[in-house]
Amino acid sequence: MSAALASSRTNGSEVVKELAFFAVIALLMSVMLLGVETVDRPTGLELAVRWDLVLIAIGSTVIGRLGLIFRRESISRLWQAVLITVTAVAVFEMFVRFRELDDRWVSPVVLDMAFGSVVSTILAIAFVVIVFATAYFTMKVQGAVEVDQSKKLSAKIQLTYRSNTKKIGLIGIVFFFIFPLLFGDDRSAIDLATLVMIYIMLGWGLNIVVGLAGLLDLGYVAFYAVGAYSYALLSQNFDLSFWLCLPLAGIFAASFGIILGFPVLRLRGDYLAIVTLGFGEIIRVVLINWYDFTGGPDGISSIERPSFFGLADFSRRVPEGAVSFGDLFGLDYSSMHRLIFLYYLILVLALVTNFVTLRLRKLPIGRAWEALREDEIACRSLGINPTNTKLSAFAIGAMFGGFAGAFFATRQGFISPESFTFLESAVILAIVVLGGMGSQIGVVLAAIVMIGFPEMFRELAEYRMLIFGAGIVAIMLWRPRGLLSFRDPTILLNMSQKEKVAGEIK
Amino acid sequence: MDWAYFLQQLINGLTLGAIYGLIAIGYTMVYGIIGMINFAHGEIYMIGAFHSLITFLICQAAGISGILPLTLLLMLFVSMVLTSIYGWGVERVAYRPLRGSFRLAALISAIGMSIFLQNFVQISQGARVKPMQPLVEGGITLMESANFDVQLSYMQIVIIVLTFVLMVVFSLLIAKTSLGRAQRACEQDRTMAGLLGVNVDRTISTTFVMGAALASVAGMMVTLYYGVIDFYIGFLAGVKAFTAAVLGGIGSLPGAMLGGLLIGLIEAFWSGYLTIEYKDVATFGILVLVLIFRPWGLLGKPEVEKV
Amino acid sequence: MTDNKLLEVEHLTMRFGGLVAIDNLSFNANKREITAIIGPNGAGKTTVFNCLTGFYVPTEGRLTLHAEDGPRLLERTEGFRIPRNNGVARTFQNIRLFTGMTVLENLIVAQHNRLMEASAFSIAGLFNLGSYAKAEKEAVEKAKFWLEKVGLYEQADWNAGNLPYGSQRRLEIARAMCTDPSLLCLDEPAAGLNPRESAELNILLQSIRDDQGVGCLLIEHDMSVVMQISDHVVVLDYGKKIADGDPEAVKNDPAVIRAYLGEEEDDELPPEVAADLHLDPKAH
Repeated sequence: MSAALASSRTNGSEVVKELAFFAVIALLMSVMLLGVETVDRPTGLELAVRWDLVLIAIGSTVIGRLGLIFRRESISRLWQAVLITVTAVAVFEMFVRFRELDDRWVSPVVLDMAFGSVVSTILAIAFVVIVFATAYFTMKVQGAVEVDQSKKLSAKIQLTYRSNTKKIGLIGIVFFFIFPLLFGDDRSAIDLATLVMIYIMLGWGLNIVVGLAGLLDLGYVAFYAVGAYSYALLSQNFDLSFWLCLPLAGIFAASFGIILGFPVLRLRGDYLAIVTLGFGEIIRVVLINWYDFTGGPDGISSIERPSFFGLADFSRRVPEGAVSFGDLFGLDYSSMHRLIFLYYLILVLALVTNFVTLRLRKLPIGRAWEALREDEIACRSLGINPTNTKLSAFAIGAMFGGFAGAFFATRQGFISPESFTFLESAVILAIVVLGGMGSQIGVVLAAIVMIGFPEMFRELAEYRMLIFGAGIVAIMLWRPRGLLSFRDPTILLNMSQKEKVAGEIK
Repeated sequence: MDWAYFLQQLINGLTLGAIYGLIAIGYTMVYGIIGMINFAHGEIYMIGAFHSLITFLICQAAGISGILPLTLLLMLFVSMVLTSIYGWGVERVAYRPLRGSFRLAALISAIGMSIFLQNFVQISQGARVKPMQPLVEGGITLMESANFDVQLSYMQIVIIVLTFVLMVVFSLLIAKTSLGRAQRACEQDRTMAGLLGVNVDRTISTTFVMGAALASVAGMMVTLYYGVIDFYIGFLAGVKAFTAAVLGGIGSLPGAMLGGLLIGLIEAFWSGYLTIEYKDVATFGILVLVLIFRPWGLLGKPEVEKV
Repeated sequence: MTDNKLLEVEHLTMRFGGLVAIDNLSFNANKREITAIIGPNGAGKTTVFNCLTGFYVPTEGRLTLHAEDGPRLLERTEGFRIPRNNGVARTFQNIRLFTGMTVLENLIVAQHNRLMEASAFSIAGLFNLGSYAKAEKEAVEKAKFWLEKVGLYEQADWNAGNLPYGSQRRLEIARAMCTDPSLLCLDEPAAGLNPRESAELNILLQSIRDDQGVGCLLIEHDMSVVMQISDHVVVLDYGKKIADGDPEAVKNDPAVIRAYLGEEEDDELPPEVAADLHLDPKAH
C-alpha cells in the first residue's frame, strides 16, 4: 500500500511547478479585482492600490494548494492541518484588510506599482519562498503515511445518529419548547430563535419538493411571498383575522403552486430550476410594479398582529371590548408576551410541517415522490401519474411556504418585495442542500448554521453572503448529497433500523 | 405608426441582442459539452465588465487613455485574458470535482459560486454603481422626423461589428480546428472521446475559457455602452442570456446568437411600446413559454427520450 | 383462437423523422401464453414495447388489449394510464429499479394506485385510519408473496441497488407483477444472467403464465430461453415481421436464418416472406 503510494508520488520539482502555476493563476485573478479598487471621487472614478491583498491571495492559494497536494500524496495529517490553518489565517487577514480600505488611498497608481510598500513585498516573497522550499523538501523526504482512522469514526457516528434519529428529534423538540423558559427575558435571543424557526419551516417545506420529490425549485420564495401578501391584503382589505387568514394563505400559495407547476413540471431538472427561478422573479417584479394593489416597492405596513387565538390581545393599549393577554392570565403587561407567543406559534407551525412530511413519507404519495426522484420512467411504467405526483409535492411544499409567509407578515408587521428576492430562495435551498436532501434534522442543523451563526457574529455580516456562497460550493464538493444525507427506509420487513444502518455502513 | 421610433428601437434592440448573444454562447457551449447550466456565467460577464473598467482606469492613470484605439484594445485584451482565468477557475474549483456526481449537485455548486463571485466583487470593489465616461461618442443620424432623429451611434456600430467578427471567428474555431473537433466529440460522448485520446478535461476547460472570454467582451461593451456597472448586473443579464440560449436551442452556437438578438429586440420593443417596468417579466415569460412548448428551441433538435 | 386473444397489434408503424423503426407490423399475443419477439439488434423490438406501454405514440396502427371487461385501445391511452388502467406492465432492458429504496419499497410503490385510493389521496393515510392500514397490510402481503416467489425474501430490506445483477432482474419482474397486469412485457430478462439464473428465470416465467394466468410478451436474444418457454414467436427484422409461428417452425424458417446469419448471394426474399410482407391483404 505505502509502496504503491510512494511510487505514485510526484517529485519535488513537479510540486514546485504546480505551485508556481497556481501562484500565477492567483496573481492574474486577483491583480485587478483585489489589487485595485475603484474609488468614487467627485471628479469621477479613481484608483486605489492594495498590492498586499494580491500577495495574500497568492500566498493563501499556494498554501492551500500545498495542503491539497499533501492530502493527495498522503503526507502527515499534522502538516495538512498546519497548512489549512495558515491558509485560513491568511484569508482572514485579507478580510480584515478589506475593512481598512477607505483609509488606504495611494496615488498615482503607476508610481505605486513601481515602489509600493517594499517591506511587505519582500516579506511576502520570503514567505512564499519558504513555502516552496518546504514543499520541495517534504516531497523529497516523503512524510509518513498515516492510517486513516477517520473513516471508522465517521461510521460509528453515523450508526449512532441513524439508529437514534427519533430520540435526537425528540430532544430537539423539547429543547425548542423550553427555549423561552431559558432565555425568556432575552429579547434578541427569542427574536433570533423565531427567525431561525421560520427558516427551519421554510426548509422543511422546500424539503418536500427538493429532498423528497427531487424537483429543484429556485423560486420557492414566491410562495412565501404569496402567503405574506395574502395575509397582509386580506387583513387590510377585508379585516379578516390572522387565524382565518393563515389557512387561506396556505391555500392561496398551494393554488399558486399548482398553477405555476402544471405547465412546467414535465421539464427536466435544471430547466425546471430555471423556470421556477423565472416565476419567482416574475412574482417579485409584479409585486414591485402593481402599485395600487401591493403598495409597490413601499410594501404594506402596519399589518395586524395576531391575537391570542382571538381570545386576548397582546397590545399595551387594548382596543375597546377586547381582553388583554395579561388580564386573561393575570399577568402584568410585558412586550415579551407577544414575542414568546410568536415563537411558539412558528414552532408549532414548523412542527406541523415536520410531522405532516414525516407521515406523508410513509404514505403512497410520499413513496411515489421518492420513486419519482429515483426514476421517472420506471414510475410511469408502474402507472404512477408523474405530473400529478409532482404537482402534489409542489402544492404541499408551497402551502407550507404560504403558512410561513403569513407568519412572517404578522411578525414583521411590514412586508415589501425586498424580502422576497432570489437570494432568499437560494438561502432556503442552501439550507435544504446543506442539511442533506430529505433529512429533517439536517434542515434544523443547517438553518442554525446558516441563519443563527451569521446573526450572532454580526461583525462579519458583510462577509456573510461571501462565506455562504463559498460554503455551498465547499459542501457540494465535500458531500454532494448534503451533511446528513441518509435515507431511512419507510418500512422494514425483517430488520431493525439499527441492523439496516449497520449493514449499509459495512 | 412612427417609423423613426420603430427604427430606433430596432437598432437599440439589435445592440442589446448582440450583447445577450455573446453571453448566451457561453451558456450554450457549456451546456452542450457537459450538460449543465453554468449558473455563474452571468457573474463572469460582470467580472469582465469590472476588468475592462479597471483597465480603462489604469490607462487613464498612466495617461494613455487619450489614444482611443490603444485603450480599447488594451481593455479588450486584458479583460478577455483575466476573465477567462475566472471561467477556468470556476470550472476547476466548483464543477470538475462534481462531474459524474448527481445532476443537481453541480447546479447547486454553480449557484453557490455565483453568490460567491457576486459578493466577492461587491466587497472588493464596493456596492455602489460605477460610472464611466463615454469613450466612443457621436454617431450617424439615419433619419430625421418630426419628433426625433434616429441615431446609430458609433458605439452601437462597434458592438455589432465586434460581435459579428467574434461570432465568425468562434464558428470557424469550432468548425475547423482540432479543438472544435474535440469539443464536438466530447458533446457526443465524453467517455468515448476520452478513450480515443481526446483530453476531455482540457477540452472542457477550454470551453469555459472561450465562454468567459466572450462574456467578458459583452461585459466590456456594456460598460462602454451604458457607462454604468455594478456587482449585481450579472444576475439579470445571466438569466436573459440563458433565456436567449434556450430560445435559440441550447447547444447551438448560431441559435444562441439568434436567441440573443430576439431577446434584445423583444426587450427593446417591449420597453418602447409597452411598459418598461415589465420588460423583465416579458423575458421570463418567453423563457417559460419556450421551455413548455419548444424546449429544444428554434434551432435545436428535439431529444428523443431513451427508455 | 380468437377468443383467446389478449393483444392484437395491427399495422403498427413508428417513424422517427425519416427513420422507420417499425413498419406495418401486425401480430397477436394470446392469453396464458408466452409470446417471444426476437430479431437482430435494431430490429425495433424495444420500440414495439415502448408503443405498447405508452412511452411512444405510434405513428400509425392499432393496438388492442382484450381485457376481462372488453377491448381497450392502447394507442389512444396516455403514457402512465396504460399500466394503471389497462394492466400492461413492463420491465426494462437496462434495469430501472428505485435503487436507493429498499426491495420491499420497490414492490409497494408498484401498488401505488390501489394504495392511493385506500389512503383517500393521503387524507385517510395522514390520520392513519383503519382502512388505509388494512390496505397497506395487504400490499405488504402481496409484496411478500412475490418476494418469496423470486427468492428475495431475505433481502427485503436491502437497498435495491445493492442486489446482485440477477436478483435485480428478478426484482424488476416481481415489481411489474405487483401491478396486477394482464400483459407482462419483458425486455431481455435473461440478458447478463448465468445459465443457472437463466433456468430459474424460465421457471418463474412459466409460473407467471400458468399460475397467475398472465400473458407474457418477451424480447429475448437468448434462444435457449425463447425456445424452451415461448408458445409463439414473432421475428422482426428492420422493423418488419419476417416470421410468426410456434418456436419449431420459426427456427427452421429460411428468412429467419438469413436475418440472423446473413446470406450474401441472394438479396431477394423468398416468395413466402415477400408475400407476408408486401402482399398482406390487410395492409392495403
